[in-house]
Amino acid sequence: MGNTLRSYEEINEKIKKGQAVVVTAEEIIDLVNKNGIEKTAREVDVVTTGTFGAMCSSGAMINIGHTKPRMKISEAYLNGVMAYGGLAAVDLYLGATQVAKDDPLNKVHPGEFKYGGGHVIQDLVAGKDILLEAFAYGTDDYPRKKLVTWINLQTLNQAYLFNPRNAYQNYNVAVNCSEKIIYTYLGLLLPDLGNASFSSAGQLSPLLNDPYYRIVGVGTKIFLGGGTGYVAWQGTQHDPGVKRNEKGIPRGGSGTLAVIGDLKEMSPEWLWGLSLRGYGCSLAVGLGIPIPILDEETLLYCSVRDEDIEAPVVDYSSAYPNGTGEVLGFVNYADLRSGRIHINGRDVPSAPISSYARAREICLILKKWIQEGRFTLTAPVLPLPGIESGVRFRNLPERPLNYNQNGVRR
Amino acid sequence: MVSTKRVVLHFPQEAAERPIVCDLALRFGLTFNILRASISPHHEGLMVLEIIGENTKNEEGLKYLQEKGVEIQPLSQDIKKNEQRCIQCGTCVGVCPTAALFIEKPSYMVRYEETKCIACELCVLACPTYAMEALF
Repeated sequence: MGNTLRSYEEINEKIKKGQAVVVTAEEIIDLVNKNGIEKTAREVDVVTTGTFGAMCSSGAMINIGHTKPRMKISEAYLNGVMAYGGLAAVDLYLGATQVAKDDPLNKVHPGEFKYGGGHVIQDLVAGKDILLEAFAYGTDDYPRKKLVTWINLQTLNQAYLFNPRNAYQNYNVAVNCSEKIIYTYLGLLLPDLGNASFSSAGQLSPLLNDPYYRIVGVGTKIFLGGGTGYVAWQGTQHDPGVKRNEKGIPRGGSGTLAVIGDLKEMSPEWLWGLSLRGYGCSLAVGLGIPIPILDEETLLYCSVRDEDIEAPVVDYSSAYPNGTGEVLGFVNYADLRSGRIHINGRDVPSAPISSYARAREICLILKKWIQEGRFTLTAPVLPLPGIESGVRFRNLPERPLNYNQNGVRR
Repeated sequence: MVSTKRVVLHFPQEAAERPIVCDLALRFGLTFNILRASISPHHEGLMVLEIIGENTKNEEGLKYLQEKGVEIQPLSQDIKKNEQRCIQCGTCVGVCPTAALFIEKPSYMVRYEETKCIACELCVLACPTYAMEALF
């Protein structure tokens, strides 16, 4: 089982010759069913995975170039959406969930959140001109205080996507047990278990095909937003210790990835600004990871099917907002994709908020890139923290400030 | 032959003030189901109606409404799916009460069957890319 079948170098040689055998995370299921693990592992070099859905912890790092006279930007807006300027002079970071400065938010609930950071990123990648308004306090070396100009992706020095948390390994299924409609980042939830919303690409999802992070690590080259990128680090809230089923699949949100990639290579088809009513703005990110079949064990994990993957059903009207950790039950992705799940003895319609069709398309694009010799594989330079690492997702231990009787902080 | 027809009625102010819709039952023997309504006195109004009855009576009833100044549109013209804006996520599918929006298998593309739509507009609220549009 543990015998190495091929190395990254050998796979890349085959890719360069146009001889690599590549199949998607969906196609591999049938192949393994038909030919078994041993035979399939000998034949297949790479399995491609993919996901396309809302990934709130995403954003773009841009350098706009220096003005004359110079300016150290302290406050900046791109199409009216605030970008963080607390970096060097003309570096800005634009977060996906930042909403336009004049947005009425949830003052009239549910707010529409028509335009935000995710939309600016999509427009930027689409090659549209973006209005930059920037302000500074002025210094001896950076005297300029105000700037209003159009910017364009092509003329920026650098523009790269840097997403602190993407590609969640499994995720909650959201339901609403209250008596009124609620608006969440998993979409609109109808009262009294009116619907269930789920987010993972299941059997296509990158980290569900590599549950123990044997393959994906820092430095792994990936499909990102229609271009190429890399795994930069473990994602925020990476939580490898979540309880797993007998197939090794975590029974809830666990591993995550921080990813990076050049925006100039990306496409507005795969970075899509989202307006989630009553919640806010976000960005749908297309992300795909090739998995080299180094040994039979790798293939065994890659042949994971929707019915092997279970997700916790969580009440987003109470358990989620209050952080109680309470779970109503577990359902698998085959049931979720059937459009009906059973919760508390009830038949509940289920629908995804991430696109299986487009996740599949990413698997196919990545497959094509590899087959055509346009995309080679990289071995990780550092593994992601695994089960034994002790890395876990903690809640914040709040420490209230204490004051004495005179109102002085102790 | 008995048929079911779904229509959107636009009431001008003067028509909104009079009890016209109940005439469908009283004069034409039609059964109707109000799927949505927003009519207030002294204002224009809108009603989404499912009318059930003999074909000929259906026609007569709608003609009567038109004579009374009510503008009639077939329902399917009013909720549109903009394919360019749809990212095939499926968010609309779970909230659609009539399965007018559904995920087609094995393509997993989100499809819209206009004739099943009752114009509740939940999909318009749910869609994160404004691909579902209400054109009332």
